[in-house]
Amino acid sequence: MGKKLFQYDDQTGGLRKRLKEATLFQLLLLAAVMTAVIIISTGMGYIKVPAAAVVKVILAKLTGKADFLAGLDSVFSVVVMDVRLPRILSAAIVGGGLAVSGVVFQGILLNPLADPYTLGVSAGAAFGASLAILLNIGFLGMYSVPLFAFLGATVTLLFVIYLSSSSGGFSSNNLILSGIIIAAILSAGISFLKYIADEQVSVIIFWLMGSFGSKTWTDVGLTLLFVGLGLGVFIFFARDMNLMSLGNRAASSLGVDTRKVTMVLLVTASLVGAICVSVSGIIGFVGLLVPHMMRLLTGPDNRRLLPISLLAGAILLLGADTITRAVLPSEIPIGVLTALIGGPFFCYLFRRQHKARKIL
Amino acid sequence: MPFELDGITFYYSDKKVIDNFSIKLAPAKFYGIIGPNGSGKTTILDLLVNHRQPTDGSLNFKGRRLSSYSKFELSREIALVPQNFYINFPFTVKEIVMMGRYPHIPRFAAPAAGDWEIVNAVMEKSRIVEFADRYVTELSGGERQRVVFARALAQNTPILILDEATSNLDINYTLSLLNIAADGVQAAGKTVIAVLQDINLAAAYCDYLVFMSKGRIVTHGPAGEILNPDTLRSVFEVDAKVYFEDYCNSLQVVFRR
Repeated sequence: MGKKLFQYDDQTGGLRKRLKEATLFQLLLLAAVMTAVIIISTGMGYIKVPAAAVVKVILAKLTGKADFLAGLDSVFSVVVMDVRLPRILSAAIVGGGLAVSGVVFQGILLNPLADPYTLGVSAGAAFGASLAILLNIGFLGMYSVPLFAFLGATVTLLFVIYLSSSSGGFSSNNLILSGIIIAAILSAGISFLKYIADEQVSVIIFWLMGSFGSKTWTDVGLTLLFVGLGLGVFIFFARDMNLMSLGNRAASSLGVDTRKVTMVLLVTASLVGAICVSVSGIIGFVGLLVPHMMRLLTGPDNRRLLPISLLAGAILLLGADTITRAVLPSEIPIGVLTALIGGPFFCYLFRRQHKARKIL
Repeated sequence: MPFELDGITFYYSDKKVIDNFSIKLAPAKFYGIIGPNGSGKTTILDLLVNHRQPTDGSLNFKGRRLSSYSKFELSREIALVPQNFYINFPFTVKEIVMMGRYPHIPRFAAPAAGDWEIVNAVMEKSRIVEFADRYVTELSGGERQRVVFARALAQNTPILILDEATSNLDINYTLSLLNIAADGVQAAGKTVIAVLQDINLAAAYCDYLVFMSKGRIVTHGPAGEILNPDTLRSVFEVDAKVYFEDYCNSLQVVFRR
């Protein structure tokens, strides 16, 4: 008996170590892939920039030394710094943000089909943006539409929480149901706005399908701030999220203030989702698909799943944006592309999982 | 005194679920709560673990109001095996049992060697070592219930609360888990508070029984003294014979069909 216990000890120790090493390896690998994708995609486009030149331009900017730019076409610097990097970085940050808030939504709603848009955040943002475009609100210049999108998303979130909260706390079914109802009402509202929009209807439709075109460093900073803060909150509560998958009673008996943690995570994840939508338009399937794929890779422990999903989401969306920007003959909306690739892939994944009798 | 309940009343929206419930629970005893479906047994447990708060009355734990404890403090005092043991994501069995150690591990720290020792010992005791590396989502109901029980044991608290914790287990595992709980009471002075459906199991294991019906205490006292046909008739409306059985060294009950 004693010997068996000892052997078992050994085995768990080994497994734990392997898992830790594997996670670290996956993180490093994904970080390396992300860096490579950023550099390579920056070089791609109408004006080709060699990878070495991209690195030099970035180094010159970071260190402030102009020496790195010696012998380079001066157009490269403008193309890399002013045109491509803001777009590429915002695509990566939005991808990462959508993926981590997807992890959180699936974790606390205990529903593998939840994503950052489950609570009607996207419908709220879309309604806000449509309204701003229709009324041609321009007092904040180019930031009017994103601001209205963000406000729309936030108001929707608050209303959904109000609608679903009862004396007994939140139930995930109530939240999902409230989200669906509100989203249905809002999408009818959006249809109405489109109907009366006349000339702006194409602007509305184009915004709704998502795009990273003409993103600025302000967009990069804003999304980075929100996604960074959000990630901090998510990681802090990652262990509590693990416990909440045991159900509210069990989590509560293991020291989790389930009501408070649910509230904090819902609001944070929705705000991260909202900032992503307001910057990029509605981009589906990243928040749904990435957490699923990564859970297969690294297991459901949120402390590993969150950082891995962040990097994977960034790579995926950046890759998709690069395809529409630089590979396809003419740019198609990124939201359409992610749905066209992500949807069928999700079906395949779902079917395969189903067959293997594993629950996603 | 771990728990002192005085005049506890609890309303679930408009419905009175617990009505003027008063009892003192002493340490190092095995308590059994018995009553018909819908009599408020799980609600009493919810109140004891501070998952719900009483509408009226006072509920003290170790001399202090229970609601003044933080969830974290309570997680080191009271472990719960809930009735619903569904787990939503494919964690491994070992990971689930280790979750019982979370209250003892700082938020960002890795489990210490001592935590792994406890987890392994608990898995041996609950006889779940053979599927330690399998996903909980792939286990049968009974297997999963043993995993959840092991998780509560790993929490290693002075008080263990069981909400029909053996409902899905065969008699072999039922006895083995209740023996583990009873051992904790005998050897380590723990307090077990169990909601049990099976009156004969309750009679065999519990030192003290609390019969409840419609949110009220019908009667409570040492198992040997209060388990009788009159009590069973007034609580369950059944005819029963109660006799002492040498084979299990306790009272046992048979029912008229």
